Amino acid sequence: MEALFFNVDSGFLEGIVRGYRAGLLTTSQYHNLTQCDTLEDFRMQLSQTDYGNFLANEPSPISTSTIHAKATQLLVDQFNYLRSNAVEPLSTFLEYMTYAYMIDNVILLITGTLHERDTHELLERCHPLGVFDTMPALCVATNVEELYHSVLVETPLAPYFRDALSASDLDDLNIELIRNTLYKAYLEDFHKFCSTLPYPTGEVMHQILAFEADRRTLNITINSFHSSLSKDQRARLFPSIGRLFPEGNNALARSDDLEGVKNACEYIAQYRAFFDTAAGQTNGSGPGLDDTDAALTRLENAFFAHEVHLNKLSFLQQFQYGVFYSFVKLKEQEIRSLTWIAECIAQEAKDRVGDFVPIW
Amino acid sequence: MSGAGAREAVFPTRMNLNIMQGRLKGAQTGHSLLSRKRDALTTRFRGILRKVDEAKRKMGRVMQLASFSLAEVTYAAGGDIAYLVQEQAKTATFKVKAKQENVSGVMLPAFDAVREGSTDFNLTGLGRGGQQIQKAREVYAKALETLVELASLQARMHSPTAFTILDEVIRTTNRRVNAIEHVIIPKLENTIKYVVSELDEMDREEFFRLKKVQGKKKRDAEAAELVKQQLAAEGINVDNEEDAETEEEHALDLLAEKDADVMF
Repeated sequence: MEALFFNVDSGFLEGIVRGYRAGLLTTSQYHNLTQCDTLEDFRMQLSQTDYGNFLANEPSPISTSTIHAKATQLLVDQFNYLRSNAVEPLSTFLEYMTYAYMIDNVILLITGTLHERDTHELLERCHPLGVFDTMPALCVATNVEELYHSVLVETPLAPYFRDALSASDLDDLNIELIRNTLYKAYLEDFHKFCSTLPYPTGEVMHQILAFEADRRTLNITINSFHSSLSKDQRARLFPSIGRLFPEGNNALARSDDLEGVKNACEYIAQYRAFFDTAAGQTNGSGPGLDDTDAALTRLENAFFAHEVHLNKLSFLQQFQYGVFYSFVKLKEQEIRSLTWIAECIAQEAKDRVGDFVPIW
Repeated sequence: MSGAGAREAVFPTRMNLNIMQGRLKGAQTGHSLLSRKRDALTTRFRGILRKVDEAKRKMGRVMQLASFSLAEVTYAAGGDIAYLVQEQAKTATFKVKAKQENVSGVMLPAFDAVREGSTDFNLTGLGRGGQQIQKAREVYAKALETLVELASLQARMHSPTAFTILDEVIRTTNRRVNAIEHVIIPKLENTIKYVVSELDEMDREEFFRLKKVQGKKKRDAEAAELVKQQLAAEGINVDNEEDAETEEEHALDLLAEKDADVMF
């Protein structure tokens, strides 16, 4: 029955977002872009795509960061259009999507405030998707308690901060911990919210969020191998959703090296495949420390590729909100790919130019 | 002929000839020694230059690698992590120590890169891109090391000590070599040529003079003989004439003896 009334509220927006999706760059367009020799060519090629003349007003030596900023601005504009036209429960869903950026912004502000930086400079650096009204007020806080009681309680992030509040004082290690604790809480909450939504949404989003959670879990594990993060702390940062939860998470919490991570992922065929491709290519290029690096880089790329794959799948279902989330994620990946290609062109590293994840 | 080039102001004597020949020999030995020194110094100089050149090229490559790894970070971490990294760096992990090296009395400035392991921001990008961040950090540290190496070499080049001194020494040596080659040796050669030619000239003059003297003596003797014969034919007043003649002959003998001395 849900599908019957879906179009009353969200049909228009779904149409819009599918239209946006059609504007994502295709493989042949990517191919053209990789053939460019200068950023001027790059701009020309982009002007023939859905990006239009978004770089037209930029002074001639364009930098890759400008391309990144402008492309992000385009995404933000599209998202804001969707958000302003949305009605419940889609508007809440879109709100939830911005929370991830809010977390980043809040963390950025806290870090800056701790080091007594200029507030305006900080606000400029915030991700435009995660801007909220009371954000500038964050700069007055000096410790987590105060932050929570005076500012954050007003924001949608308040429930997440309640869990992170146990961090007794704000130092740089803790900030990273707070960020990940927040993100964990956010993922779990978003997941819970999605499962209250009508049937196809919950199912589609479960796939994507579970993978997102697993990716974070794996990344945190791998990144914390040689750091001062204890295994106990590490385990607390793992989101409790995802396909690795709970036994995979437990194994990961105990693992000491890449081998342990690999073993933990044995039970899930898809994740095992990431390591297989990483390891298979590793053997060809000889032993050494660089090898682990290369394997990890490939792992990261495999994650990106799989994320894109999952997000593409969500477009196969109609009458659900997953498309909105997927579109934003795909667009983000596209911006990353564009920046990567632009970087490669600018730095004349043409041999690596193909190391991005094409979407279609 | 001897006036063609500059020469020492000396009298053309045999002693001076000997002295000049000695000096020429000395100048030639000095020239070969100095030019060898010059070559050695130049080789060293070029060696340092080559090292600097290499370091510069290497720096180009390393910096390219480094900025590329930053691009990788941007790709993996997806966004602006520069600020977070900036804020979380508390102590310098890469330090440059300046010291002086004493190389044969010359103080050479030198820089040493000191790295300290630090865990300042190794949790940055914990959720995503952490490995890339660490990798970029490593690559940049290596780039810095190359920079310090280059700075050390450059300091050697531009500091008022070693490299300039080397340069100065090379120039002085060069000047000396050129001076010996183009001024002193030709001058000495000219002098020797001049002395030799003067001496030859004197010899020839002397020879000619002797010839002249001999010729005159012969003529006089013939004239005396003629007079004698006439007197004998006439048979008068021989005694007085004979006295005068013996005196004259005596004087001639002395001249002849002296002549013999000069000839041999």
